[in-house]
Amino acid sequence: MQIEIDGLTKAYDGTQALAPAQLTVPSGVLMALLGPSGSGKTTLLRLIAGLETPSAGRLFFDGAEATGLSVQARRSGFVFQNYALFRHMNVARNVGYGLAARPRRDRPSRAEIAARVDSLLTLVRLDGFAERFPDQLSGGQRQRVAFARALAIEPRLLLLDEPFGALDAAVRRELRTGLRRIHDETGLTTIFVTHDQQEAMEVADQVAVMSTGRIEQVGRPEDLRNHPRTPFVRSFLAAG
Amino acid sequence: MSDILPAVCAPAIRAGHPRPGPGPASGPPAMRRALILGAAAVAAVLLAAPLAVILASALAEGPRAALAALAEPAARSAIGLTLLVAAIVMPVNLVVGIAAAWTVARFDFRGKAALLALIELPFSVSPVVVGLALVLLYGSGGILAPVLAPLGVKIVFALPAIVLATLFITFPFIARALIPLMQEQGAAEEEAALTLGAGPLRMFLTVTLPNIRWTLLQAVLLCNARAMGEFGAVAVVSGKIRGQTATMPIMIEMLYNEYLSTAAFAMSGLLAALALVTLALKARLEDVRPGAAAARGHP
Repeated sequence: MQIEIDGLTKAYDGTQALAPAQLTVPSGVLMALLGPSGSGKTTLLRLIAGLETPSAGRLFFDGAEATGLSVQARRSGFVFQNYALFRHMNVARNVGYGLAARPRRDRPSRAEIAARVDSLLTLVRLDGFAERFPDQLSGGQRQRVAFARALAIEPRLLLLDEPFGALDAAVRRELRTGLRRIHDETGLTTIFVTHDQQEAMEVADQVAVMSTGRIEQVGRPEDLRNHPRTPFVRSFLAAG
Repeated sequence: MSDILPAVCAPAIRAGHPRPGPGPASGPPAMRRALILGAAAVAAVLLAAPLAVILASALAEGPRAALAALAEPAARSAIGLTLLVAAIVMPVNLVVGIAAAWTVARFDFRGKAALLALIELPFSVSPVVVGLALVLLYGSGGILAPVLAPLGVKIVFALPAIVLATLFITFPFIARALIPLMQEQGAAEEEAALTLGAGPLRMFLTVTLPNIRWTLLQAVLLCNARAMGEFGAVAVVSGKIRGQTATMPIMIEMLYNEYLSTAAFAMSGLLAALALVTLALKARLEDVRPGAAAARGHP
C-alpha cells in the first residue's frame, strides 16, 4: 500500500512537534524515519497510525484519504518501543488479541485463531512459547511477540517505533535481519523509526532524515551518503 | 525472527525479580530486631489493644446480651442504614474514581493540577466542616432551599445527605490509589489494543481493567471500610434520628452517651469486625493473587 503524507502537521500548546511534512512511501518499501530525539519522527509515525490527530494536513492510503479514519479502521500493525505486550495475557492471547477483537461476523473461530497464532509464532521463531507470560521472556523475544501480534491482524502497513531501541547490540543485529526477512516475505509497506543511522542505512530501502520537526532529506541510503543535501544530514550521517 | 536460544538472550534485559533477603540498606541485625520490636510494640498499644478492649467489653455480659442488643429495632435499623449507604456509595465511587484516575493519568489539560488538588480535598477538610457545608447548601434555610422546598425533596436529616456526606469523604480513595499506578503503566498497552482493532469499551475491559484490578479491589475495600465508619460529616447532616437516620457510628455514640455500654460496645465490635474482615480480605489479596508474576509487569 502506498502512503502519501501531504502537509501533516502537529503542534502541542503552541510548540510545533512536526512542521508540515511531505512524504510518499511507495508500496512495498521499507522506509526508515531517522533522526535524533525531538526530531518529530515518532510524532509522524503516530500520526500515520492514527494515535495522534494532526493539527493540519492530509494522509492518503493508496490514493484514498485516510486523515479522518479511526485507529482501528487504519489497520496498521504497530510495534511499540517497549513492545506494550499485554502483561496479564500469555503469548498466545497477546498474538490472538486482534483477531478476537474483531466484530462477531468477521471473527475467526477459536480453532482458526489458534492455528493463525501458531503459524505466526513459527514465523517469528517462537514455537513453544505460547503459554509464557511477557515477564518470562527476554527483550528480544518480547519484541518478536509484539511483531507477531501486529502481523496477526493482517495489517495494511507496518509501523515500528524504535523497534530495537532497548536491546543490546548482538540481539539488535539478529532482529534487524529478522525485520528485513519478514518485510520481504510479507511485502508490506513498512515504516520504522530509529535514531541509529547505521541501522537505518543497513536495513531500509529508503531513509527520511528528520531534525527539529522537519524532514531534511529522503532517499536511498547510498544517495544520502553520497549527496547529503543539508549540513544537518551531512553531519548526522558522518557522526555515526 | 532469529534463531537465538532463550539462554543467549541477554539476561540483563529480562524482567527483574526481587531478590530474597535484606537489601544493603537494612543495617545491622541487632538494630533491625530492635526496630521491628519497637514497631510491633507501638502497633500493639495503639492499634490492637483498643480493638481487644472493645471486643472484651462487648462480651462482658456474655455473648447473648451483646446479640440481644444488636437485635433491637433501632440497632437493626442502624446496621441496615450503614450497609445501604455503603451499597449506594461504593458503585458511584467506583465509576467516578476510575473515570477521574483515567482522566488524570492519560490526558494533559489545563487545570489538571487543580483537579488533582480537588480530588485530595476531602483528605484535608475536617468531616464536620463537610457536614456543615452540606447543611448550608441543602438545609431548610440553605442556599438551594428555594429550589428544593417546592419540589418536596428532603435532603438534610435524611438518607440523601448521609450518602452525599459519605461520598464526599470517601471520594479520593479510588482515584488516589489508581493514578500513580496508571501513570506508571502508561498508555502503550491501551494504544496497542486500539491499533489491533479493539473499540474503547473492549480496550477498557480487556486491558485497562485487568491491569488495575488488584489495586482497584484493595482501594474499593478500604473505601468501603471508611464509608461504613464515617462519623463526623454524617453526624452533622443526619439529624441522628434513632431508627431512621442513625448509622452505626452515630448509634454507637448515642448508646454510649446513654450509658448503655454493652449495646455500644456490641455495635462497636460489629463495626470493627466489618472493618477487620475488609482488611483481612485486602491482605489476602496482597498475598495470593493468581498470576501475580504476570500482573507485576515488565520494567
